[in-house]
Amino acid sequence: MLREILIIVIKKFIHQFASPKTYFYQVNRLYPWLLYISISIYISAIIWGLFFTPKDFVQGHSYRIIYFHVPASFVAQSLYAAMAISSAVFLIWRVKLAAYLARSIAPVGAMVTFIALVSGSIWGIPTWGTWWEWDARITSTLILFIMYLGLISLHNSFNNFDKADKLFSYLAIIGFVQIPIIKKSVDWWSSLHQPASITISDKPSIDPSMLYPLFMAMIGFAGLVACIVILSSKVQIYIREKNKNWVKDYV
Amino acid sequence: MKIHRKKRLINVLLLSLLSGAGILMVLYALNSNLDYFFTPSELLAEEVPSNRRVKVGGMVQEGSVRREDSIISFTITDYSKTIDVSYTGIVPDLFKEGSGVVVLGYLNDGKVDAEKVLAKHDENYMPPALQDK
Repeated sequence: MLREILIIVIKKFIHQFASPKTYFYQVNRLYPWLLYISISIYISAIIWGLFFTPKDFVQGHSYRIIYFHVPASFVAQSLYAAMAISSAVFLIWRVKLAAYLARSIAPVGAMVTFIALVSGSIWGIPTWGTWWEWDARITSTLILFIMYLGLISLHNSFNNFDKADKLFSYLAIIGFVQIPIIKKSVDWWSSLHQPASITISDKPSIDPSMLYPLFMAMIGFAGLVACIVILSSKVQIYIREKNKNWVKDYV
Repeated sequence: MKIHRKKRLINVLLLSLLSGAGILMVLYALNSNLDYFFTPSELLAEEVPSNRRVKVGGMVQEGSVRREDSIISFTITDYSKTIDVSYTGIVPDLFKEGSGVVVLGYLNDGKVDAEKVLAKHDENYMPPALQDK
């Protein structure tokens, strides 16, 4: 009995939230909260990381770019996973909102991957002595960046949104195989990039005094990026549903 | 779940499975070609012509770094085989005895004439005060 009620409630919630209109208004309510909380978390994490953590025993002060690089790299890969899941939801259940979301994540993902590449290059100069090498981790991240751009231009090359969404989603799912490759690239092949410091199985090899602000920066950055995805998805709703009455009323 | 949805779910799963298997086979075929550098053991096990550029990586052996004018020579070790390197130029700040290094250069008579020396660091981060503990 309880189980059936629960299923009905969940179904109702999903059905309602899957309508672009409900999503739009709910997200509008959530947005300022998310924005201000994320900004304050991110800024305090950066200040903590840059000024109130000890320097590293090998890299000195130059390790501090970790507070920009690691959140960006982590979010760049997570966004792709989110995009692939959204695409699968669209393909299986034909939820239009999922297609809008997947399409709106792509440019944000490209931007975040670009930040990861640039911050990594800047970090490489004082530590490795080079800003670019074709090692497995760097090259696979560059491929991720190109994949985001490719998906965007694929979607833009169709006049028919339905066709564009379907092809985009299939390709996004195929491309998901890139994510474990990036993750594992430093273990499968010899590379200039060091192996992961934070893993599920082991204790992090970063001292807690440096690790806590890093986690905070990751949470804050993820929140900020979520805000940008919300804005980007609103743009998609404007474009796709511009003939709907509620959009006209809202504008 | 309705029949048509189940069909589409199976399609999506099949698609990801096939693409995953395909890419994994490609990676398996490429295997060590995606390696960024050779270790001294791997390099010495192969006949490398002296006109081919190689990347060798490993640890800088303790007590092996010598500087004469602007020429720096050292030994790379993977704790089973070693290879000597000489290089003219400035090495990165993180280049140190006992830490990781990757050199790019030509192999001549079992020695590497390096064109580029890159420092490699590991995944450990800690404050200097904790280092001795």
